Amino acid sequence: MTLPTGTAASLDDQPADDRILRQGLRNIGDMIRLEPKPFAVGAVGAMANTAMTLFLSFVVGWVVSSIAVPAYESGEVVLGTVMIGVAALLGTSIIRFSTMCARRIGAGVMMFGVQAHWRRQITRRYLALPVSWHQKHPTGTLLSNANADVEAATRPLAPLPFAVGTLFMVVIAMGAFFWIDWAIALVALGMFPTLFALNALFATKMAPRAKRAQELRAEVSAVGHESFDGALVVKAMGREAAETERFSATAEELRDAMIGVGRLRAAFEPAISGLPEIGVLVALLVGLARFEAGAIDLGQLVTVSFMFSVLAFPVRAIGWVLGDLPGSVVGRRRVDHVLSATGDMTYGQAELPETTAPARLEFDAVAYAYPDGKEALHEVTFTVEAGTTVALVGATGSGKSTLAHLAARLIDPTRGTVTLDGSDLRDLTHASLARTTALVQQIPFVFDDTVRANLALDRPGLTDDRLWDALVAAGAEKFTAALEQGLDTEVGERGTTLSGGQRQRLTLARALAGRPRLLILDDATSAVDPKVESQILTGLKDSADVASVLVVAYRRATIALADEVVFLEDGRITARGPHQELLKTHQPYADLVTAYERAEAEREFEGEFDDPEFNDPDFKDEETAA
Amino acid sequence: MSAQDDTTQTQPGPWQTVKRGLRLSPELRRGLGFTIFLAAVTSIGRLVVPVGAQQVLDKGLLGEGGPDIGYVVLVAALGVAALLVTTGTNYLMNRRLFVVSEHALASLRRRTFRHIHDLSMLHQQSERRGALTARVTTDIDQVSTFLQQGGMVLVTAAAQIVVATVVMAVYSWQLAIAVWIVFIPVTWLIKWLQGHLAAAYTDVRKSVSKMLSAVAESVVGAGTVRAYGVGARTSERLDASIDEHRRDQTRAISRSAFSFGAGELVYLGVNVVVVVLGAFLVAGGSMTVGELTAFLFLVILFTQPVVIGTETLNEAQNAVSGWRRVLDIVDTEPDVADPVDGVALPEGPLGVRFEGVRFAYPGGEEVLHGIDVEIRAHSKVAVVGETGSGKTTFAKLLTRLMDPTSGKVRIGGTPLAEVTFASLRGRVTMVPQEGFLFNGTLAHNVRFAKPDLTDAEIYVAFAELGLDDWLETLPAGLETELGESGANLSVGERQLVSLVRAYVADPDLLVLDEATSAVDPATELRLSSALDAVTRGRTTVIIAHRLSTAETSDEVLVFDAGNLVQQGPHAELAAEAGSVYAGLHGSWREQTRSN
Repeated sequence: MTLPTGTAASLDDQPADDRILRQGLRNIGDMIRLEPKPFAVGAVGAMANTAMTLFLSFVVGWVVSSIAVPAYESGEVVLGTVMIGVAALLGTSIIRFSTMCARRIGAGVMMFGVQAHWRRQITRRYLALPVSWHQKHPTGTLLSNANADVEAATRPLAPLPFAVGTLFMVVIAMGAFFWIDWAIALVALGMFPTLFALNALFATKMAPRAKRAQELRAEVSAVGHESFDGALVVKAMGREAAETERFSATAEELRDAMIGVGRLRAAFEPAISGLPEIGVLVALLVGLARFEAGAIDLGQLVTVSFMFSVLAFPVRAIGWVLGDLPGSVVGRRRVDHVLSATGDMTYGQAELPETTAPARLEFDAVAYAYPDGKEALHEVTFTVEAGTTVALVGATGSGKSTLAHLAARLIDPTRGTVTLDGSDLRDLTHASLARTTALVQQIPFVFDDTVRANLALDRPGLTDDRLWDALVAAGAEKFTAALEQGLDTEVGERGTTLSGGQRQRLTLARALAGRPRLLILDDATSAVDPKVESQILTGLKDSADVASVLVVAYRRATIALADEVVFLEDGRITARGPHQELLKTHQPYADLVTAYERAEAEREFEGEFDDPEFNDPDFKDEETAA
Repeated sequence: MSAQDDTTQTQPGPWQTVKRGLRLSPELRRGLGFTIFLAAVTSIGRLVVPVGAQQVLDKGLLGEGGPDIGYVVLVAALGVAALLVTTGTNYLMNRRLFVVSEHALASLRRRTFRHIHDLSMLHQQSERRGALTARVTTDIDQVSTFLQQGGMVLVTAAAQIVVATVVMAVYSWQLAIAVWIVFIPVTWLIKWLQGHLAAAYTDVRKSVSKMLSAVAESVVGAGTVRAYGVGARTSERLDASIDEHRRDQTRAISRSAFSFGAGELVYLGVNVVVVVLGAFLVAGGSMTVGELTAFLFLVILFTQPVVIGTETLNEAQNAVSGWRRVLDIVDTEPDVADPVDGVALPEGPLGVRFEGVRFAYPGGEEVLHGIDVEIRAHSKVAVVGETGSGKTTFAKLLTRLMDPTSGKVRIGGTPLAEVTFASLRGRVTMVPQEGFLFNGTLAHNVRFAKPDLTDAEIYVAFAELGLDDWLETLPAGLETELGESGANLSVGERQLVSLVRAYVADPDLLVLDEATSAVDPATELRLSSALDAVTRGRTTVIIAHRLSTAETSDEVLVFDAGNLVQQGPHAELAAEAGSVYAGLHGSWREQTRSN
């Protein structure tokens, strides 16, 4: 659409590393403020958990030095000591288990809470932003804003409490190392920062590759979707092989990107898991020397080597958070793009009187320009007098739908005013406007709900009787009655269980059910058979609740029902008046609406010369021969 | 094969699916043994620390004759060397895994994609399109994630448990048996927890798709929501689905925390056994202090796979069912297949003959009841009838988008089912009512069927169809971006483009299925007379709901409730008082020229 691809690209641009870190941390800060309690639970849980893991090292060291060594030396087991060891293990495990639950559940509750919060906000914006904003953004983008982008923005939250716990643990562990022995602490001082750096390097190198793979995954999906959506055209033109090549090309790009991810992982993973193990061996060597020197005892030696192996894993959590930061920054920016979008359609305070009398619609010097600046309507002035029907006629692309959307206030004019019974549409409350007008669009939209819910839309006073009346008027009662569960039938997502014509009649019935005072039909019967259409239109005309009608139409039967015709050419009204009069006075109009008749007349005229006597080649040949 | 058929009825086991999958992707099997060998060597690396600690304690520190520094240095050096080797094998294994699995899955993706295009489900059941897209995207992504992460974890975890057991048994067979006695019941518990976890994640997947479809409604239906002022109602529905998703996610994460707890339980149980029993064994002299210490390290090798494996198993289940869905699609025989020893269509214009053709959608009622008709080469035939009379089905059978349930369609004298697709699709083209446009420029779309068309040729095509005026109204001309599904154009304009696209394909038989239903009458007539001129000499079948087309065609076929009820020139049929066609035509006249 009009969304320039440049904007999308600049959103994706990889900003400098320090900016990512700053923005990523600010994003995390914002999210902590949204869900402080679960974060606190998770972080405290994680700290307690890692503290317990440290404590476990001491338990193991104590088990070796106070149970195993005496047993080895004396050949006897002191049951009491063993029981203390068992109790210590049991206690540690219980605390480790419960703090692990606190950490994981806290992180989850926090992340899902933030996700739900943003999703609610984003969808509120979708409902508040004007239709013109929607038209500027592809459906797929808006869907992924509410789904994938929110997930990306919150992804660092899952390992966040763990990472906080790890930072805490590293500090405590360093303290413990120094308390045990300075030489061993030096080994730790060498190993942990290296491990930390390796993890950070891995995470930051991986982030852009993972992002690229993710983008390519979206591209593979987009090509797949598009190709399958156009399956009929692909098959009808025998382009399956070419489409397969097109799909394969992106699939192979994805493959190569994933292999790139794999190479990086292959290079870092073994190093990250191997380094702590080398660290343990070095610690054993150094420990042995210190043991010789009498600086530490056997239990402390075991404790230290154990600590090296159990502490290596949590360091990864910091890497996970760092790795998720770039993606979260991009996700957050896209979320903010929606949340900060302006130009809401605001509604006024005025209410039109509650009446069933038809309304009067007036366009006064209305102009409308698309967001890209192209003016689609210029100086449009006309009136739909109360109780009359005005047909809007014009060639494909002349601005009829735009005009219908203005009348229903899906969009606002760039200049000029649209008024209903003298009130500017922009001054009316949304409820009053929705009560008064009803728009039936060219492409029908139905909700994933029952037929009844689709017709009534929870509007008050819409009894089943009234719904059936509307269905009759829209020519939809027969197929609705034939549905297995009648009004209670679920129509499926976008009404997939119905045909195009049925969906169109259902949306027409939805409009009629509300007994609008102004009905706007935007070529709303195009998917309906001519025969059915004429039944519907006659029904409308004979209806007891007369409404003012603005109807976009091609068919002459539709036009014939109108009291007045407004003829649009290139966004300008070039003629207005009763159909018969325009036929005589405005040639472009006559050309458009009498096209079929003229075609037939021409054929009949030509047909006279089609007489075999004139055309028979043999006849002519004889003539020339003679 | 028969075993496979049996199992598709019930749920085939994961192993069967994996075997089927490996059969279909031989690339995956190649070098599998070597990869597993690398994994085994890698997991031996995990033994360096426990064994090293044992050696240092027993022989270095507590050895006879006091501490032996030289020995300890030797052990440490050997250990470092072993670690370097296993780090190398670890690197190779990871690389192989990615390279092999990605190549195999890319080709599986390609094959599945092509196969889906060959199935007629796509256009027969449009509601399944989303699900079919998932086959070539998320389902295969899941398999890929699983093979590269979960699958490898499972292999190395299994190897880790095996080598740990061997070393334990060497140090103390009694203690090794005791460890396994504790370990086995816990695996049952894990399996049970696993089921609960999987159920919770199934709920999450359901609620996420429900939420997404609610979001989609607020986006796609924005106009309707606005026009009816039902924002509050829509908002409530959205909030409900968002909250439901959040609830399901939270429940799943709580259950997964408990599953992780099972790992802690293994650790605790095994540790207690090692400490208590170990103390007695050490006291009894059948075990050394170093060996007991090694056990305390080895216990971690036992616990880690359990913790990681819990989540991996869950992923594995999803991946295997994704794989199964892909395989099921690939195993589906295309109902309309390219004939093996097919023939090419004869040169020149094509006539068509339907012989007793009947058609019913799978599991549905019959929609065409025995159609016999001949469409002469060079003629222009209009097909008319009410919605649901079988017109579109007729067009799809004519172009072999579907095959008749019984009866035969011949084209140029050859049975349609014996014509190669290459020949058929090149000579016969259909323009459907919703002529799908691709995201890209106008020129890109016109070139769809003929990629080598020059811009000049495209201009000529527009001019020949009398559409050059329209083309000139577009700001960027042929380079105009049409947007997703051609959204930047009006419905009528989209139809114009898809007509040009079919026209440049230069078919000998052109089938238009209400291809100009949204175009204004003047344009339509101009187009149709232009089309008449340029398709002269070819065969044209036009399914029309505007009877203006019927009036100008050589012959009209009238369908009613799945039967061909009338056939002949327009004037003749219209004159048959009380006939279906007279009725349709009367109503059409009434509509187009009342007043």
